[in-house]
Amino acid sequence: MRIQLTSIYVDDQRAALAFYTDVLGFTTHHDIPLGDDFWLTVVSPDAPDGPELLLEPSGHPAVKPYRDALVEDGIPLAQFAVDDVESEYQRLTGLGVTFTQPPTDIGPAVVAVLDDTCGNLIQLIAPKTPA
Amino acid sequence: MTDVFRALDDETRRLILDELAARDGQTLFEICTTLTMRHGVGSTRQAISQHLAVLEDAGLVTTERRGRTKLHHFDPTPLDAVARRWPTTGKADP
Repeated sequence: MRIQLTSIYVDDQRAALAFYTDVLGFTTHHDIPLGDDFWLTVVSPDAPDGPELLLEPSGHPAVKPYRDALVEDGIPLAQFAVDDVESEYQRLTGLGVTFTQPPTDIGPAVVAVLDDTCGNLIQLIAPKTPA
Repeated sequence: MTDVFRALDDETRRLILDELAARDGQTLFEICTTLTMRHGVGSTRQAISQHLAVLEDAGLVTTERRGRTKLHHFDPTPLDAVARRWPTTGKADP
């Protein structure tokens, strides 16, 4: 069994695609019209055959209370691995990205949490000993 | 209003104040992460949330919203009352 696709809800799929590609640096994998919405996925350029992240419309009524409660408490909905959290923090804040948690050494890893501008918090992590 | 002494009579709550004193303005998630990873505190998020409520009720923690996220701040003001009651210097209180 493998994890091939996981999803997050985004307020606006086009804005989300711009953020996840232009700012975070992922690559568009699928962008297929589906009614009023799109089957829209991105992958890491480091792993083009790796897991896809589905940027799913947030229209379902359960999404807003779910995400509002998580964002209020600062809880990230996804975790992306980076080589160096501090340099990503510098690069992304330079691009106007807001962090709810700056780079923090938690022992086995350095973590930070950013706002993806589409309604979610995302954690960046750089394990000190590569898994 | 929770008594400041009762609020401080708990190791986890003192650790929360330590962490907020080190970096002010943290989310519940960040507080839980650092308590677990730095101090080995295994409490649930709900338990930490209740500890924060006690600290807030005692006036030692305040909260503010930044965007959609709630941040916690350490407010040492209630500790002034402790220092006034038992001054640590030999000098008379001003």
